[in-house]
Amino acid sequence: MWMESHFWVTFGTWMAALLTLGIMSFLYKDNPVYKFCEALFVGISAGYWFVSYFWQNLLPQLGDPLWHGNLLVIIPGILGVMMLMRLIPSIGWISRWPLAFVVGFTAGLRLITFLQSNAMTQLQNSVQPVIRYNQSGTFMFWESFNVLLVTVGTFAGLLYFFFSKEHKGAFGYVSRIGTWFLMVTFGAAFGYTVMGRMSLLIGRMHFLLSDWLNVVH
Amino acid sequence: MRREIPTFIAFFVGIICIVQFFIPHWPFGGMVNTFSDWFGLLQAFAIWLGALNLIKVSLERSFNKKSHDRWYGIVVVFSFLLIAIIGLFFSGARGFQLAGTRFDFLYVNIYTPLSSTMFAILAFFVASASYRAFRARSWEATLLLVAAFLVMLGRVPLGDTLTGFAPDGYRLSDIASWIMTYPQVAGQRAIMIGIALGVASASLRLILGLERSYLGGE
Amino acid sequence: MADMTPTNGNASFFEKMMRIDRRVIFVFIGVALIFPMFLNVTQHLPVSREVQMASDALEAIPEGALVLFACDYDPPSAPELQPMAVSAFKVALRKKWRMVIIGLWPQGPQQANMALNTALADPRYKDVHLTEGVDYVNLGFQSGNEAVIQKMGSDIPTTFPRDYRGIPVNQIPIMRGIKNLGNFDFVVNISAGYPGTREWVQFGVDRFGVKMISGSTAVQTTEMFPYVGRQLLGLVGGMRGAAEFEQSTDNPGLALRFMVGQSVAHVIVIAFILIGNAAYFATRAGRKKS
Repeated sequence: MWMESHFWVTFGTWMAALLTLGIMSFLYKDNPVYKFCEALFVGISAGYWFVSYFWQNLLPQLGDPLWHGNLLVIIPGILGVMMLMRLIPSIGWISRWPLAFVVGFTAGLRLITFLQSNAMTQLQNSVQPVIRYNQSGTFMFWESFNVLLVTVGTFAGLLYFFFSKEHKGAFGYVSRIGTWFLMVTFGAAFGYTVMGRMSLLIGRMHFLLSDWLNVVH
Repeated sequence: MRREIPTFIAFFVGIICIVQFFIPHWPFGGMVNTFSDWFGLLQAFAIWLGALNLIKVSLERSFNKKSHDRWYGIVVVFSFLLIAIIGLFFSGARGFQLAGTRFDFLYVNIYTPLSSTMFAILAFFVASASYRAFRARSWEATLLLVAAFLVMLGRVPLGDTLTGFAPDGYRLSDIASWIMTYPQVAGQRAIMIGIALGVASASLRLILGLERSYLGGE
Repeated sequence: MADMTPTNGNASFFEKMMRIDRRVIFVFIGVALIFPMFLNVTQHLPVSREVQMASDALEAIPEGALVLFACDYDPPSAPELQPMAVSAFKVALRKKWRMVIIGLWPQGPQQANMALNTALADPRYKDVHLTEGVDYVNLGFQSGNEAVIQKMGSDIPTTFPRDYRGIPVNQIPIMRGIKNLGNFDFVVNISAGYPGTREWVQFGVDRFGVKMISGSTAVQTTEMFPYVGRQLLGLVGGMRGAAEFEQSTDNPGLALRFMVGQSVAHVIVIAFILIGNAAYFATRAGRKKS
């Protein structure tokens, strides 16, 4: 295809590199180049989603069935148009019907799945035999310690979130232990967040140095 | 009736979705499958609503001569129209995302670098914010810092290089793995269970119509 | 934070450090990431338990199996997730799996195609010729988030009526006989957020019993750890996970190369935090004295 010719590949790479540097210019200070790139990003993103949803959802799930005589899809089509009425403030209240459908559907699905996957299964995983033996019958200290740690940490952490009772006395001590486990969790989350953000920047740097400037292979 | 009918819709759809978990057969399973299709379509319309609203706001900004950044509103509208027209009419219809199409060219050379760089520059701000705000003011904050340092060093090869003298199983990568697998999981589980109970409670309130703030005023 | 500068201009070294221009920090970070790119160094990494579980789970899948690749990510997450996807596809090519690719994010199927093409470009697979529609298919993106997974549990052909090219699924040979999620031997999920691994665990694994591993961004990896074991058969988290995964599946790539830069960046961030704390406590001690 013509877009794969050497000229267009080079042109595209240069455009990508200049846009990358334009966004990065914000690191020095806010400037018109950055604002231009930001506005371009907003418009291109909106257009990308607009086109994607048309070809991959609206046409195959609404247009094609209607074309083949499936009239049931008129209902979501009407609900969708009602949702678009939000653009007109005087009749924006019409969008409440499809909004209520979305809210009810999501709430109904999530009520059970969150209880099943995030509550019951996690409680099940937390309540495990604490005394562990290997196949030859020898007591495994570290394995047992780790399981006990997870069990104690989970319940202490849960107790911390129980705000209906004042955190005093024995209850206060246990919830304090829960706080320690939560601090370790947040510290690990911070460490991973730094790792994640640095990874993204490494990716862009690699693009600039390898794909654009070709100084790194 | 402006609020009663939507409240009933939320109730009806929510109850059907709950029941089908326990009775997946006709009619509930089929109804939820149909609702799933409708939900997907409504999501598409919601995205269109967002995009069209953005264009509406940008056009208002562009025609407002008193606005300082009206030119950026023009850029937003122009770039939207560029990719929308190319994607809808000049990119091979349903195969619009295939490699080599004009839409793919815009995706690879404009959308990808812009979106990637927007997120990539967060790395700089994470470092700067950590320098300014991360203080070991209390025992708990120190514990958080120590855990973060152990995980950050343990998850890179340098950590094992620094603790190469330690026996197997006691190097920084092993300590980081232990932190992630045991104490971190304990805290994470407590948060997850708490969130699950909160989601269940909020979902029940929405379905039963006790919570109607999503309907807005009037 | 309140400005603690003495008004008489005699700010100490530590007080100046507290007020350092953030652009100085940006320069250090930039240099820390650029410099290692010129070093052609890859190090052997110890493979963590959850990544080894993921590799072992893939190795246990027999040749010719039908595997679903759910690619739920976009270009910003590609530096972490693309190496995982490439490695997973290389395992698929080696084991001659039949592959069905879908995405709950619009960009996912496009990223998956790029990853598959990168995998096919590996000289080890130069004799592998995949026929789209027979050996693999990309069904594209479908909106609806978790509702898509919910519906895939009972009816995939109506959930994805056409593939990425626009061809109706009833005309695609590989899709014959595929009715729902139960027809797949395994699911490989590459996820950058919502919808992603959590929704696949809640609906795919816990509701419909699929076997699954997940590759996820570092930011959400900590939230996925509780699922490892009973719900997830393995977890590949962040760039470190991607590097370990490349190593354990014998597919060295970009992630392994990037770990050197990652090391330097982490040390710089830790150093700045320590300097910031030292400056803070020194300044506070100075204030208490005076």
